[in-house]
Amino acid sequence: MKELLWLVVAFPFAGSLILMLIGKRLSRMACAFVGVGSILLAAVFTFIVGVGFLHNNPSSVPFNQSLWQWINVYGLTPNIAFHLDTVSLTFVFVITFVGALIHFYSAQFMWKDEGFTRFFVFMNLFVGLMLLLVLTDNLLVLYFGWEGVTLCSFLLIGFWYKDSANGYAAQKAFIVTRVGDTSMLIGLFILFMTFHTLNIQDILTAAPSTWLVSSGPAVLTAFLLLGGAIGKSAQLPLQTWLPDAMLAPSPVSALLHAATMVTAGVYLIARTHVLFELAPLVQSVMAMIGAATLLVAGLSALNQHDIKKVLAYSTISQIGYMFLALGVGAWSAAIFHFMTHAFFKALLFLGAGAIITVLGEEHNMFKMGGLRKKLPIVFWTYLIASSSLAALPFVTAGFYSKDKIIWMSYASDKGSLWLWLAALLGALLTALYTFRMVFLTFFGNSKTEPTHRPGAFITMPLVVLAVLSFAAGFIELPATMGHFTLLSDFIEKTLPAANTLHFSYATELLFQLISIATVIIGIFVAYKYYYNKPFPAAEPERNKLQAFLYNGWDFDLLYDFLFVKPLVFLSRIDKNDFIDLFYKGIESLMGALHKVLSATQNGKVRRYAMSIAIGTIITLTILLFL
Amino acid sequence: MILVWLLILLMGTGLLAWLVAKWSATLSRLISLAGTVMYIVIVIFLLVEYKQNPVGQKWTVSFTHEWIPTFGIQLKLAADGLSLLMLLLTSFLGLLSVLISWKEIQKRVGFFHFNLMFELAGITGVFLCMDMFLFYFFWEVMLIPMFFLISIWGNENRIYAANKFFLFTQGSGLLMLLSILGIYFIHGHNTGIYTFDYELLLGTVMLPQTGFILMLGFAIAFFIKLSIVPFHSWLPDAHTQAPTAGSVILAGLLLKTGAYGFIRFVLPLFPEASHQFAPVAMTLGVISILYGAKLVFAQTDLKRLVAYISVSHMGYILLGIYAFNEMAMLGVVMQMIVHGISTGALFIIAGMLHERIQTRDIEQMGGFWSTVPRMGTMAVLFVMATLGLPGFGNFIAEALILMGTFLTNKTLASIAALGIVASTIYALHILQKVFYGKEFKPRSIADLNIREMVVMGSLALLILGLGLFPNVLLDVSTSSVVALIEKVNSLNF
Repeated sequence: MKELLWLVVAFPFAGSLILMLIGKRLSRMACAFVGVGSILLAAVFTFIVGVGFLHNNPSSVPFNQSLWQWINVYGLTPNIAFHLDTVSLTFVFVITFVGALIHFYSAQFMWKDEGFTRFFVFMNLFVGLMLLLVLTDNLLVLYFGWEGVTLCSFLLIGFWYKDSANGYAAQKAFIVTRVGDTSMLIGLFILFMTFHTLNIQDILTAAPSTWLVSSGPAVLTAFLLLGGAIGKSAQLPLQTWLPDAMLAPSPVSALLHAATMVTAGVYLIARTHVLFELAPLVQSVMAMIGAATLLVAGLSALNQHDIKKVLAYSTISQIGYMFLALGVGAWSAAIFHFMTHAFFKALLFLGAGAIITVLGEEHNMFKMGGLRKKLPIVFWTYLIASSSLAALPFVTAGFYSKDKIIWMSYASDKGSLWLWLAALLGALLTALYTFRMVFLTFFGNSKTEPTHRPGAFITMPLVVLAVLSFAAGFIELPATMGHFTLLSDFIEKTLPAANTLHFSYATELLFQLISIATVIIGIFVAYKYYYNKPFPAAEPERNKLQAFLYNGWDFDLLYDFLFVKPLVFLSRIDKNDFIDLFYKGIESLMGALHKVLSATQNGKVRRYAMSIAIGTIITLTILLFL
Repeated sequence: MILVWLLILLMGTGLLAWLVAKWSATLSRLISLAGTVMYIVIVIFLLVEYKQNPVGQKWTVSFTHEWIPTFGIQLKLAADGLSLLMLLLTSFLGLLSVLISWKEIQKRVGFFHFNLMFELAGITGVFLCMDMFLFYFFWEVMLIPMFFLISIWGNENRIYAANKFFLFTQGSGLLMLLSILGIYFIHGHNTGIYTFDYELLLGTVMLPQTGFILMLGFAIAFFIKLSIVPFHSWLPDAHTQAPTAGSVILAGLLLKTGAYGFIRFVLPLFPEASHQFAPVAMTLGVISILYGAKLVFAQTDLKRLVAYISVSHMGYILLGIYAFNEMAMLGVVMQMIVHGISTGALFIIAGMLHERIQTRDIEQMGGFWSTVPRMGTMAVLFVMATLGLPGFGNFIAEALILMGTFLTNKTLASIAALGIVASTIYALHILQKVFYGKEFKPRSIADLNIREMVVMGSLALLILGLGLFPNVLLDVSTSSVVALIEKVNSLNF
């Protein structure tokens, strides 16, 4: 049944194409049917293909399927082809299942929007391109999907294009990620020059015998690829676009800017892990970037008042954890956290979207409050997802995935005490900002009355995701608590297992207890400061430090000063192109000469006689004396 | 003979369109439409034939006839894969030019189509001729009709633009003529055969210094045509002031004759000098890419903005030509085609907007996506093509050029890759200013009608088709490109 793989990718594209071409003539119901149905079919076929792939395939031999040759130029022969292994299957599973739930939700969420059809055109296109990205066997095709999803992100952030702020946010997202993309493209050039192919598996096979560990080209290439991943996954220093991307409709934030697209960087690094293993320097830089990002973004999240901005910074921070895991070589831990994060963060965004809608587009948490009783389903699902995000011990998926990363950041041969401390501090921050959000939104006095209750299409996906946010953790349990390794066994058929230094159970248990205590402290502090506290229903006052954190550490200001202002200045002073002045100069010189010469032809005979006389004298003088 | 018929067809159509305009302007348009349709059919027929038996002889079709035997001047035309592709582009954009001028041109319709057809004939001649004197002849034939197109049917500042265009091109043509005569006499002196025949002149032996100077004459002429910084300043004026069809032909075809000149003449005639010159040319290419992009961003006149995009995109072409490898050269061929399509489309959009709101100032635009959704969708499509998004032909072109260049010059290729970011900035700027945001003032403007949808739709299909199935096009030009690169590289090393 795995031969049906191409259909998984084809359905979303077909859905997008149908809606693009004849969407105008279809009824809203038919559009929803096509838009949601295409992703639903993709999810169903993912299931079928997944069963077919695993059936009688105990060592998970990858399955390849080729459709057509894209380009054929002197060794550059990328095919539009799919490579299904355990890693891509995991990603495809998350993309189609979470994608289907979010599409389902969107059908009701966007129902009254005039751009209903357009929305599904973009969303379906996104799912198709994202699937292409994770399934392809070639880096150039991966780059195709990579840039394609950036386009969808651009179109969806600017979905409500009548507000030019949305347009600018969309522009920013495109430009910033493209800085990373350019770095990645140059990395591809080096790979092609060295290996004469961009086929991922061929490169991974050939690289260890071509490049020495830590040799110049290996480090440079890994560094350039990391640049691409950083841009896409909103890590320091290219994280600035993601908070602004929150102007997109909430389902978009859930699907693109939380569950799938922003984790493409994680996928890229996991996919090309061999190249990073050849460049330990880059790997440790990656771990440090991850650690720094999770702290920087965590502190910013703590100072937001817009519920979606909290979630945005939280996403940056959680992807920081994934980068930390990749950096210490804990590949399967990164993918585990990607998966659980996709479930609970998608749920949080969908929940936030539901709240914002029923409160009449209110984003400010300080103006919410008391929603626990009024929106019970939203509250309970949101609480489960929040606990998962905060890594509430034992019962949530987020606990198991994050705990694994925290432990690996110390226990891996590339780990260190510093990385572990950063991860631990991040866990504290996460618990703090998450429950600050929960207490402000759902507890205390009600400040804005909900206009209605969200419909069944909106709550149903919330419930499903809540179950997943809770249950998905039990597929991978730490050695101290049952030692169940379903997911890492599955992933490690494709990616290498992490090299852990040997520690006793007692040590591991001690570290786990510390991180559990940290989370509990975080939640408790949030409870102390934010539970049932009479905050005024306005934007909170901030001191200088808080404002600095609120503004995302003023990165925007810095980039504005470094890049935007100089560019605008240059454009202003050189609008008419200084080179043209040269040609204009020739023109006016000719004009001046013309004036001088034509002044001599004034029709006055006396002048003519005079010049003849002067001319004669000069000529004679020259002839006589020289 | 069929190649001569192509020229006769175009010139005949032009004359006929001019004659009948006395009775009916529509008839004149219909005749031009019929002529260009016939042209495109013939070219497609030639291409299909070429695809069926591509190996063997170098020229798939050729025609030779004496013209002025005393001076060794012949009427010699020939086509290979590369010229056929250029003809395909010419015929396609020619057809579109007739369609987009249907409503826009209301004054002196007959004479307009006469000029349009003669312009196309001149361009066709340039892409086909195998005689240096004939090349110079067609080079000048391209100039005159375009001068009229700009100066009669242009916008407010048309006389200035037309004069500037004329002087730049004429000056460049003069330099080229000197170089042609130089190589003519050297060859005659060496062998005793005084001929302008391209294929006979190919192996001309000359001193390196002489070769370099003669090469420079050609190169400067083609730089100006290709609008490479700092020889580009005729382009924004000419493109802005020309009527839409004129802009489309200028950007889509006239610039490409410069690129074609480099590929067909400069590299094969002066391989050694070209190798020497490569670092300079590539640097100019990179400067064009980045400086051109910077200028695009600064513009407020929509047509002028689109015009500067050409400067940036032609930089890629120059960079790729002087990389001297097959990959970059195939990218160049691709870029010649896709730039014609994507920039042509942007000019058409600018023209349609100008026709509807009588201004080209982007500060007075905004929010058009909701007013004219079809045009908005098309604009998004072509803006994405312009910034080189994968899936569009432009990506294939830029990726091949950059990757090919990277194999020979890593530094310049990496700097040129910054053009990817630059193009994102300016291309999205168009969308933001024109189609996003609030309406500048309430206007009721019409969305694309059926004729316009046919034009834009066919352009969109082509650019997407080339992005997803580029092999169709690359296959046709491969043999010409391989032959050229082998020749250039073998002579030097």
